[in-house]
Amino acid sequence: MMQQGATAVVARPEPATTAARGATTPRAARRPPRLGWRQRLEVLVFVAPALTLMGVFILWPVVSAVRMSFYRWKGFGPMDDFVGWQNYSQVLSDDVFTGAVAHNFVIVGLSILVQLPIGLGLAFLLNRRIRARGLLRTIIFVPYVVAEVIAGVIWFQLLQPGYGVVDTLVGAVGLTPPEQGFLGTPDITLYTVFGVLTWKYLGLAVLLFLAGLQGIPDELYEASQLDGASWWRTQRYVALPLLGPTIRTWAFLSMIGSIQLFDLVWVLTGGGPANATTTMATYLINQGTARGNYGIAGAASVVLFLVALVMAVLYQVFVLRRDTQEQR
Amino acid sequence: MPRSTRAAGLAALCAVTLMTAACGGDDSASGDGDANTITWWHNSNNEPGKGYYEQVAKDFEADHPGVDVQISAMAHEDMVDKLEAAFQSGDVPDIYMERGGGELADHVEAGLVRDLSEDASAEIDKLGGSVAGWQVDGQTYALPFSLGVVGFWYNTDLFKEAGITEPPQTMAELQDAVGRLKEAGITPISVGAGDKWPAAHYWYQTALRSCPQAVLEDAVTSLDFSDDCFVEAGTVLEDFLATEPFNPGFLTTPAQEGATSASGLLATEKVAMELQGHWEPGVMQGLTDDGKGLGEKTGWFPFPAVDGGEGDPTAQLGGGDAWAVAEGAPDAAVDLVTYLLSDEVQTGFAENDMGLPTNPAAGDAVKDPALAQLLEVRDASPYVQLYFDTAFGTSVGGAMNDEIALLFAGEASPDDVVAATQQAADQES
Repeated sequence: MMQQGATAVVARPEPATTAARGATTPRAARRPPRLGWRQRLEVLVFVAPALTLMGVFILWPVVSAVRMSFYRWKGFGPMDDFVGWQNYSQVLSDDVFTGAVAHNFVIVGLSILVQLPIGLGLAFLLNRRIRARGLLRTIIFVPYVVAEVIAGVIWFQLLQPGYGVVDTLVGAVGLTPPEQGFLGTPDITLYTVFGVLTWKYLGLAVLLFLAGLQGIPDELYEASQLDGASWWRTQRYVALPLLGPTIRTWAFLSMIGSIQLFDLVWVLTGGGPANATTTMATYLINQGTARGNYGIAGAASVVLFLVALVMAVLYQVFVLRRDTQEQR
Repeated sequence: MPRSTRAAGLAALCAVTLMTAACGGDDSASGDGDANTITWWHNSNNEPGKGYYEQVAKDFEADHPGVDVQISAMAHEDMVDKLEAAFQSGDVPDIYMERGGGELADHVEAGLVRDLSEDASAEIDKLGGSVAGWQVDGQTYALPFSLGVVGFWYNTDLFKEAGITEPPQTMAELQDAVGRLKEAGITPISVGAGDKWPAAHYWYQTALRSCPQAVLEDAVTSLDFSDDCFVEAGTVLEDFLATEPFNPGFLTTPAQEGATSASGLLATEKVAMELQGHWEPGVMQGLTDDGKGLGEKTGWFPFPAVDGGEGDPTAQLGGGDAWAVAEGAPDAAVDLVTYLLSDEVQTGFAENDMGLPTNPAAGDAVKDPALAQLLEVRDASPYVQLYFDTAFGTSVGGAMNDEIALLFAGEASPDDVVAATQQAADQES
């Protein structure tokens, strides 16, 4: 439910709404719109399904999660044990939850530090006229198309200690794989999961960057070539700056995805070993569905929602705003 | 514009209200309130169990003219999810499965389960001590139809290969067996610590061996874990963990999903033994291509005695499933449940290898030698302690399991396990 909440924030066309508000309010004050009953019915028929869906599947769950977070409730029976902010203080003082938040932010940071350079490099490379370009593009994009759970199951098998392909490969080049496996050693498991995430989501970055590069007019490249710029300098001073808006959008998607990370972690490690890979989402599933502490899970989901919301809004204000203003 | 949005908003609001009204409509706990229709959920969704229960329902309908039994046979996980949703909505099937302990106590408190103490008193007498896990404040709310105990399932061939002639009876002997298996190049034990509860069972067992019965019984109701024996249980376990007996990567190994799970490793002869419940042979059969599991090589022995432990070395840790009747269900549902516990149905239940019957009359019908041995140990034990996580309820049990999993990873001490359990228990009251 939180996921939808956050997506709603992403999807909300900020300037459009303000523009609409600005346009209607003064006019409405002067003369009320006279819509015939037919038109009203028309509007109602078109808008109602969407509003109903939003109300039932987004608004209502969010409201009930907030309500739940103030009660101690086991998931059945009357919700009448009001505990105020106690669930929140418990969530925020729980080492497992703070650990989970830290893991989420490590993934956010690593995604941008690691996936951005690799993604850019591959996009620049695949934008050149090289042999088997289509094939390479497909190969890089395929993991993104694979369902997250399936990718998780495949990698879970590949990463089996002893029997797994990864261990065998690592052994074949003369290195010793970790004794408890890449998924069973608490110190490295988060990075293993990040590795799989990179494999899975690099395709999206490359695809977006390629699309961005396609949008750069050839004249600019030609001009820089006439000025005697090398391929590297062309990419650095012409392509990269023009790719800015695409990169910022990608980073935003990546951030929100990392904050809500769940499926892959759940399949690969379930948050383990020893809570080394818990995320906010696995924490709330563990508290809610597994332990029946719906109040705690409600509080955790509200915290997750707020973290995602604050990040989204800050990013909109400080980073993405530039793009929209530049175009005006 | 504004007015039509208001209208649309109103429409949306109506839709929401309608939905919630429809969801929470029925006040009675039972399904449809029809006195002659019984809804029955169970998890025997494979043959022969599925067909057997269909036949049982037909026989019952023949004896009770006008009664219609509607069966929903579901995969276990699906059933658990659906039941949870059913409890939330208050629309509980007439007959369903209860695991007992704290979970049942919560359902009783919420007024969702029917008290069977009076209506099924004859069956309750017959089942004897087995019903203990399904009693709340002296009243019986469900009738256990299958009750098993947890022990080590092992590969008799691999034991022989390592030169182990007798199954271990003390922790020292178990450690010796681990040593021998390692020397023979065999991974001694698999454990699905990724799912946490299989790891937690080790702690339950050492606690059962370290704590007197009175202390455990008291802990289940008072949720007070201040007795030293609980810390002692962790220390015993820590000593055993120091022998590094488990499969590589055990911290993320799942319990029973796929060939690389703990049960899969035992079934495919990659490890020599695993501590698991009575369902293990069935699980292993599902994890091997030939559908036989370990077959003839399957052996079983109870958890060994702990030197100096104050617990009864013959007491067993176990659990099972019981038929419960929803509050407000028709009386015929109670009749069906008592029929399910009859000598006749329980014998058929055992003959079809559907579980370990609780009705003493059906005990002889268990054919599998390992399971028959397990049944013998169960019936010889002074008491069967319900799995602690079930007994304490999901919240305390979950906190306890999580901390024990940390102990397995070397990131929590025996004291931490008790402290985390106590902390979760204190939030219950």
